[in-house]
Amino acid sequence: MRNAFANEVTELAKNDKRIVLLSGDIGNKLFDDFKKVDSDRFYNCGVAEANMMGVAAGMALSGFRPVIYTITPFTTTRCFEQIRVDVCYHQAPVIIVGTGSGLSYAELGPTHHSLEDLAILRTLPGLSVLAPCDAVEMRLALRAALQQNNPVYIRIGKKGEPVIHTTLPHFEIGKSITVRQGNHVVLLTAGTMMPEALKAADLLEGKGISTEVVSMHSIKPLDGAYLSLAAKRFECIVTIEEHGLIGGLGSAVSEWYIRNNIHAAQINFGTPDEFMHEIGSQDYAREKYGLTAENIAANIVVRLNRI
Amino acid sequence: MKSNIKNLEQRARILRARIIETSHKANIPHLGSCLSCVDILTTLYFSILRIDPHHPEDVNRDRFILSKGHGAPALFQVLAMRGYYPEQILEHYGEDGGIFAEHPPAPGYLPGIEAATGSLGHGLPLGLGMALAGRIAKKNYYVYVVLSDGECNEGSVWEAAMFAAAQKVKNLCIIIDFNKWQATGRSQEIMALDPLQDKWKSFGWNTHEVDGHDISTLVETLNQFPENDKPTAIIAHTIKGKGVSFMENDNNWHYRIPTASEVMNAKRELDVEVETA
Repeated sequence: MRNAFANEVTELAKNDKRIVLLSGDIGNKLFDDFKKVDSDRFYNCGVAEANMMGVAAGMALSGFRPVIYTITPFTTTRCFEQIRVDVCYHQAPVIIVGTGSGLSYAELGPTHHSLEDLAILRTLPGLSVLAPCDAVEMRLALRAALQQNNPVYIRIGKKGEPVIHTTLPHFEIGKSITVRQGNHVVLLTAGTMMPEALKAADLLEGKGISTEVVSMHSIKPLDGAYLSLAAKRFECIVTIEEHGLIGGLGSAVSEWYIRNNIHAAQINFGTPDEFMHEIGSQDYAREKYGLTAENIAANIVVRLNRI
Repeated sequence: MKSNIKNLEQRARILRARIIETSHKANIPHLGSCLSCVDILTTLYFSILRIDPHHPEDVNRDRFILSKGHGAPALFQVLAMRGYYPEQILEHYGEDGGIFAEHPPAPGYLPGIEAATGSLGHGLPLGLGMALAGRIAKKNYYVYVVLSDGECNEGSVWEAAMFAAAQKVKNLCIIIDFNKWQATGRSQEIMALDPLQDKWKSFGWNTHEVDGHDISTLVETLNQFPENDKPTAIIAHTIKGKGVSFMENDNNWHYRIPTASEVMNAKRELDVEVETA
């Protein structure tokens, strides 16, 4: 996903002279092509994310469309105050890209995990919060963000994630993308949990449970129209995210149903209220927290009494 | 030149009186902090900044950010005097639903405001971004940021200091309102701020140390900017509560609101009769 990001932002910058790329001292060589397009519009801002966010806001207030890129916790929790004040309060159209989100960097320990970013950023007025499911959606998210006049946060994975979309889907901020159709349950996924969700859907189909799979790439604004219909169409609404159970997609969906006075049975899959104190790969971490197709499918089967 | 300086000094006296009167009427604190930066703001707005109050969003304008946002009561008076909006609307200072309170609003809500400060340590990174934007866009504008000494406690100030020097952002000038106090004590005792000029110099900036109440020197120093390919930091030695004997260097005036008789006494000392605000 990150290589696709570098490629997309470089291509877009060729024609859109408003784009300025700011990196927090990561992505060595990743942006060499961007620098060839226009070295005056690339800034390695060093390991100083608070300043980087303020600088980006200042550029945005001066007519540019800065795109900030660094590892997710450093561009979110590290400088939340700057996102809140410099970017959101000023309505500065900055695009904040967090790479290696969720448990992508599981083996680097909790300092490099991001299981709180959706929760905290969702609270900020005027900030769109996006979690594309693959490189295709990420490219479309970046293009859509550049059309906005408000700030946008895009949460992406690392590299090597499978590409889900074989054709270009219709992408709109605030509208979900149905990846697979079904009738009994729907799996609403945020970001790179999509492959597991699709696998879970296969397992559920094997048990006779017709499963719809939806990319809720737009965590904020949410696709209320879809959620409204989903409550009527499905026995159960399932959310799946590589993020804490407090405040992420699951919370957002629950809040939406409560606020709109709609009853919907829900199951939320995410990480618990704890830091991971042992080392392990992303797969290990997902297994530990039940974020696997097998566990997801098994829980849904139990819930629907289809054992 | 001399008459111009006299004119600026007279403006500064009137501004001080208006700020004090408004503090009393609208119950607005941070008087000491406002009075310490009045001469700096007056110099910038009436002698240095290339601005047109009738075209506050002109892309070529110089940018000014009051990073010590709690000095907004001073900035609001300066902007009115400079013609960004009628002085009469300041009579509504502090009213519910209004715009004039303790900190600058977001851009677009009041002409002349470039940044919504109040949380310290934000103005310099924002100004640095504006300065870099000017360079990318090949504009000739300058960016000026006024910081407080207490504000230099914030790490983001020093992040910006290093980045500005690395990028050789020569169109960026900061003025530090060095009044030696912060909210609850001496700035030197709380964070070992000294030697402040040496710090900025060692961070790769042009530095100047001046008397922040000597308008003639302020004009002269600011006119030297930009000097070379470095950003510029002017360390302006100031007195918190400057201009009123019973407020000067008394940190109680960080939060205290003057009584009616204190306002009278202050105006008498300033030799100003204030009709508006």
